[in-house]
Amino acid sequence: MIMTEVSENRPVQPSRKAKRKFNKEYLWGYSFVAAPILGFMLFAFIPIGYSVYVSFTKYDAFNPPTFNGADNYARLLLEDPLFWKSLVNTLYAAIGIPIGMAAALAIAIALNQRIVGIKFFRTVFFLPTICSVVALTLLWKWVFNADYGLLNYLLGLINVSGPAWLNDVRWAMPSMIIQGVWAGLGFHMILYLAALQGVPTTLYEAAEIDGAGSWKKFLYVTIPGISPTTLFILITAVIAALQDFVRFMIMTEGGPEYSTMTIVYYLFQNAFRYMDMGYASAMAWILGILIMIITLINFWLSRRWVHYE
Amino acid sequence: MNNKENKLGKLSAYAFLIIGTVFMLLPFLWMFSTSLKLEGKVFEYPIRWIPEPIEWSNYVTVLTEAPLFGGLMNTLIIILPPMFVGLLTSALAAYAFAKLRFPGREFLFVALLTTMMIPGVVTMIPTFILFKTVGWLDSWKPLMIPGLFGSAACVFFLRQYFRTIPSELEDAAKIDGLNPFGVFIRIMLPLSKPALAAQGIFGFLGGYNDFLGPLIYINSPEKFTLQLVLASFQGYYVSNWTLIMAGSVLALIPTVILFFFAQRYFVEGITMTGLKG
Repeated sequence: MIMTEVSENRPVQPSRKAKRKFNKEYLWGYSFVAAPILGFMLFAFIPIGYSVYVSFTKYDAFNPPTFNGADNYARLLLEDPLFWKSLVNTLYAAIGIPIGMAAALAIAIALNQRIVGIKFFRTVFFLPTICSVVALTLLWKWVFNADYGLLNYLLGLINVSGPAWLNDVRWAMPSMIIQGVWAGLGFHMILYLAALQGVPTTLYEAAEIDGAGSWKKFLYVTIPGISPTTLFILITAVIAALQDFVRFMIMTEGGPEYSTMTIVYYLFQNAFRYMDMGYASAMAWILGILIMIITLINFWLSRRWVHYE
Repeated sequence: MNNKENKLGKLSAYAFLIIGTVFMLLPFLWMFSTSLKLEGKVFEYPIRWIPEPIEWSNYVTVLTEAPLFGGLMNTLIIILPPMFVGLLTSALAAYAFAKLRFPGREFLFVALLTTMMIPGVVTMIPTFILFKTVGWLDSWKPLMIPGLFGSAACVFFLRQYFRTIPSELEDAAKIDGLNPFGVFIRIMLPLSKPALAAQGIFGFLGGYNDFLGPLIYINSPEKFTLQLVLASFQGYYVSNWTLIMAGSVLALIPTVILFFFAQRYFVEGITMTGLKG
């Protein structure tokens, strides 16, 4: 869906008479796009090329890189259990995506019932989206505090003694998932709300005439109607989740016992703590390729469930 | 027959939304409440939502002890110039991609779009090496310079917007003798204020809340951005939650104010990116 509408086939070949004037327009065109294209070359294209090279070297960012073939990749895939653990952790954390999407959709549907105070509710759910990750993670670290935190206090009110959350190997990742869902709800809710408002009312009316109840209308009109938005959210959320790490760094530092070490956090540590740039670059490429594969699979599968009008 | 169902649906919608509101707001209320407590009082049971006494002094403490204000100034200096310049360069390019004709237009546009699909993690290390090579580590330049060139997402968004502006206006202006730059300044920019505002706000938020960039590039405390100063609280005020929460509240204030004044642009901006994107 990102690529739609790209080619609007305007005639580029001008008539002879107009050629002079058109050449001038070329010049304007090229000078207008020059800055972003130059930025693309300097900060995307060239670095990406260089990163491929670095991933085949040993490089500490101080001494010149030395070529070591596919050593980095071999070490990663065969000899580094922590890499695999962090990969599994990252996929585990991605459980938050369907949970968050379902919750965001539910909120959007509730808001779409011609609710009084829609602005208030919308603001409330959207609030974390505009807040700094640092402030929110500090806040949630305090919420998850085992002895004096808000969460265990609330659980205590219903006579449940809560776990140590971030300090418990089993509960640290679920804690991060809860925090992630809370922080990400608003953005997806806004997208879903717009999508719901875009489903033509005539479709609902037609379904009603056919005798469909609320549930059937939801299943056969709403879900297909908003499926392009669902795909958009799914793809962007997966890409973001696979690279999620700042909140992990602040809240758990990957612990306890590496139970919340995500792949990009591990990569970050290799690059900027151990200064192992080659190894970290290889990791970045494996992750990058993984992201591309998952995105392609998502697009491919989407043909079965996404309905464009 | 549907009336009853509707009423029930609405009622459950309200119930659901109110539960959700509590879930969303309680952490914020608790943050604020904590920030107003004396240090020892955070361990009280049951939780006292309205502190006794209310201690505004935590705010005074963090503002005087920690360079939060200096961090805010640094952040603003870092993000504002690239935001405005980047908006202009993005808009110019977006206008060219939307309205001007030149060979290679589609190719360049698609090339630019691919940057949006490249995971940031792939470029993180090589750009660090690049900035290290040119000697820009521990300076604000790595955080400022790339933004001047505009961003692919912004170009994409504004291009979509410009395409909705009818060409008749442009044609009329051209007959009046305006060159493409004149058309851009006199016609396109004034007509696209809401889109520019939305992009400006997103740029501001992204820069203000950015933690990773400053973390990678800045070492000297006097060059710290607000987010770095705030993150340093964790080590500085170990487990002193009243002060950490006071700092967090202060760090949230600018974006929350911005949000309340510009809510319309947020919603429009997001839905336009999400739907037309």
